[in-house]
Amino acid sequence: MPDSNPTIEKASERKIPGLFPTAARLKTLPWWALVVLLLGISLVYAITSIPSYQDAFEFIAPGLRVTFIASVSAFGIALVIGLVVGLGRISSNVVAYNLATFYVEVVRGIPMIVIIIYVAFVLVPIVVGGMNGLGHLILSTPWLAFLHGMGENLYSMSVQDIDSMARAIAGLAFGFGAYEAEVFRAGIQSIEKGQMEAARSLGMSYFQAMRHVILPQAIRVILPPLGNDFIAMLKDSSLISVLAVRDLTQLGKLNRSRTFRTFETWNTVTYLYLSMTLLGSMAVKWLERKFKSGDR
Amino acid sequence: MTGSIITVKNVCKRFKKVEALVDVSLEAKPGEVLFIFGPSGGGKSTLLRCINQLEKVDEGEIIVDGIRVTDHGADLDTLRAEVGMVFQLFNLFPHLTVLQNISIAQERVRKWPKAQANETAHKLLERVGLPEKSEAYPHQLSGGQKQRVAIARALAMNPKIMLFDEPTSALDAEMIREVLDVMVDLAREGMTMMVVSHEMGFAKAAADRMVFLANGRVVEEGTVEQIYQNPKEARTKAFLDQILY
Ligand SMILES: Nc1ncnc2c1ncn2[C@@H]1O[C@H](COP(=O)(O)OP(=O)(O)O)[C@@H](O)[C@H]1O
Ligand SMILES: [Mg+2]
Repeated sequence: MPDSNPTIEKASERKIPGLFPTAARLKTLPWWALVVLLLGISLVYAITSIPSYQDAFEFIAPGLRVTFIASVSAFGIALVIGLVVGLGRISSNVVAYNLATFYVEVVRGIPMIVIIIYVAFVLVPIVVGGMNGLGHLILSTPWLAFLHGMGENLYSMSVQDIDSMARAIAGLAFGFGAYEAEVFRAGIQSIEKGQMEAARSLGMSYFQAMRHVILPQAIRVILPPLGNDFIAMLKDSSLISVLAVRDLTQLGKLNRSRTFRTFETWNTVTYLYLSMTLLGSMAVKWLERKFKSGDR
Repeated sequence: MTGSIITVKNVCKRFKKVEALVDVSLEAKPGEVLFIFGPSGGGKSTLLRCINQLEKVDEGEIIVDGIRVTDHGADLDTLRAEVGMVFQLFNLFPHLTVLQNISIAQERVRKWPKAQANETAHKLLERVGLPEKSEAYPHQLSGGQKQRVAIARALAMNPKIMLFDEPTSALDAEMIREVLDVMVDLAREGMTMMVVSHEMGFAKAAADRMVFLANGRVVEEGTVEQIYQNPKEARTKAFLDQILY
């Protein structure tokens, strides 16, 4: 429990007042953070002054951008999927409930890397095939002539048009959507039933009640796990390197085979991931505090 | 009978094995105040919740202000906007200020501009005796104040009918009066009301008719004097004796 630290500190200070930290106080210092900081500083030093590290950093650093863009876009889509599917999970509509539950249970039972490969090489071709079929249908239906432009585009769509970055984002979003759906479901269900009833009895529609009454309250419950999942996304995005997307991990692999400098390569990759996730954690904590201290 | 604003006809409602309402029929004319009482679990809440369709009935029909609300595809959002409901546990929106609690439905459902909605809200706060609380959040109010805000919130939609489900049951004794006063005023102004309560003082002051509901059935129904002075059914008498000592 991080909360217990300050009280221990105060208690020890009261017992032995003095300039030097007491043994009890030494125990409570965040040594691990100091070590992280020192390692970070030595890596920054290495990158700025040791040529082999400098070379590795210059080659790998562009992967930061790719990793970040893939994570943010996939997470954004996963949030949309999560909200829609989460609502499906608590829907009284049998079809919506079962579709949503099917997706959540199936996806959560499959390793993320398999989902990414599956989406990239199975679902994307299926969707493209579907688009082709739809385009063909439009083109061969005379009274849909006004849609022919769109029909031609759909019909000529090819699997090669979907680049690996797009597939990677689709795969991550599809995989994470199932987990975010459960976060939304739990958050919404944590709000008393009376809130929905009060909103409905004022004449609000289900969606108005969700948007103006339930979700603004649920966000307090939803935000912390969403934050954690975003950090998880930054890390799990490394899996898209199997699609040869040039993210941090992929550039690490390439740099290693290019230079055979294993230490430099993976130290740099690790350092860059850690900087992102530690900064991300700080941002998430800040956001949470902001929502907690806000109006209530 | 014509001229009724609420008609409940042979309504049955089951929850799995529990028969919450059994062949219940009731009517209320515009401006009438119905006082509904009976033992816990007797179906009082279920009856109110069926009237604004928070629960679906299994059998029978309910007609509110000319709309057969039990029909498949009835416009329930419109119905509910005409029927205000006040809950035992207030159910105020904790993330909104008192003023926002009262104005939100006007803005979102009636699509009235914010200024107009706020003006109505201020007037209603005046009416329930809380003009200074507009910027407070629900957790800063006492129970009685919360319930008065909840009444104002329901009134903001300018409803034709108000349903009260044990509005004072969760309140400390000294706060019951302030809520009942607001309700009595409302009754005197001619609001059609169905009030589930055990506050016999309110019944005497404002109710036109009393309905005794037990085991999902209307056991007895009549004017306040009838029920109060000589109930026909033994069960009604027993229950009245119980709650009045
Ligand atoms: N949502 C529900 N699910 C299952 N049983 C319910 C539900 N609501 C009410 N009941 C049951 O229906 C009966 C009537 O309940 P209710 O209308 O709340 O009674 P009252 O308001 O008179 O105390 C009770 O036996 C209660 O347990
Ligand atoms: Mg009840």
